[in-house]
Amino acid sequence: MSAKATISSLVLAGAVSTALATLAVAGPLTKAEAEAATAAKKEKCFGVALKGQNDCAAGPGTTCQGTSTVDFQGNAWKFVQGGTCTTIELPGGKKGSLKPV
Amino acid sequence: MQPEPHASYAAAFAPALLDPVSEVPGIVTGPRGKSAIKCYNVYRNNVTVSLIDALAAIYPAVQRLTGADFFRAMARFHVRETPPTSPLLFDYGRDFPDFIARYEHARSLPWLADVARIERAWLDAYHAADAEPLPPSALATFAPDRLASLVFTVHPATRVVRSQFAAVTIFAANRAGGTAGRIDGSVPEDALITRPDADVVVQLLPPGGAVFLACLMSGCMFAEAAAAALEDTPGFDLATNIAGLFEAGAFTSLTPGDA
Repeated sequence: MSAKATISSLVLAGAVSTALATLAVAGPLTKAEAEAATAAKKEKCFGVALKGQNDCAAGPGTTCQGTSTVDFQGNAWKFVQGGTCTTIELPGGKKGSLKPV
Repeated sequence: MQPEPHASYAAAFAPALLDPVSEVPGIVTGPRGKSAIKCYNVYRNNVTVSLIDALAAIYPAVQRLTGADFFRAMARFHVRETPPTSPLLFDYGRDFPDFIARYEHARSLPWLADVARIERAWLDAYHAADAEPLPPSALATFAPDRLASLVFTVHPATRVVRSQFAAVTIFAANRAGGTAGRIDGSVPEDALITRPDADVVVQLLPPGGAVFLACLMSGCMFAEAAAAALEDTPGFDLATNIAGLFEAGAFTSLTPGDA
């Protein structure tokens, strides 16, 4: 055994029984209820995760994105409209914002 | 059906797609030998826009946080620097969180890369193999003196993302589409990502939970993982963590390590 804290079987058993008791509070569903809940949740639509991105993608407003050589980076911080980042505060009362650093 | 383009043709055609200042490849010509720049630019647009759109689909909370214009400018920079290596679009953008972390114009949003890591983990959990989560009652089948050496098999979808910032709260406020109130970004948070059934679930791990689960994921025995968590977080609550992890469907089986 190392100098690290060791956990006795007693502590583990206590935690496990507390955990099981916590989970039991939720109350077991009847078998029929459980099956209905599972069936309802299992309606996963396979293959819809990212649709259409191989189609002709350039629509209005996007047609210059592949060919423009304008350096968006130099003034990227100007593009702040619509972002929610300013609702997040950091120490010193600093709010997040996309400004030159 | 059209024959597949020869690999060498693709190899000659593709490199200039993400570099608008480079020449149109010599193998591409218009009628009567004229320049095919306009036609080739259609490909440039479609490749660039589809990759940016893929990033926007994978990282919607990041886009909401920065606004679409900033996001697309940032994404385009990443796309040009990091062309896809897989034909599977959902696999694209794995390097995007690290890119955000070193992107100078996002430096004022130090939590943004971690929000992206949670979104990436969400998609990976979504695509992970299906497996039945282990019910908590499985723990009750072992005698107390055998618990210490139990080894947990983690569900294929289970992921942990640790953050020095409030990445989970920020993620939740911006993924659900709800209006985010003021968030203190400086509170460290760890995310647990699971998919007990069809739906991916992202939740906050209690203190020490990330160390505990990471240890179990790397094959530690139960007692070792609990000790590691206690060493990291003296107030580590083993019962709460066990209950939460089982409820989230984080495991698929238990094996006695001393067997």
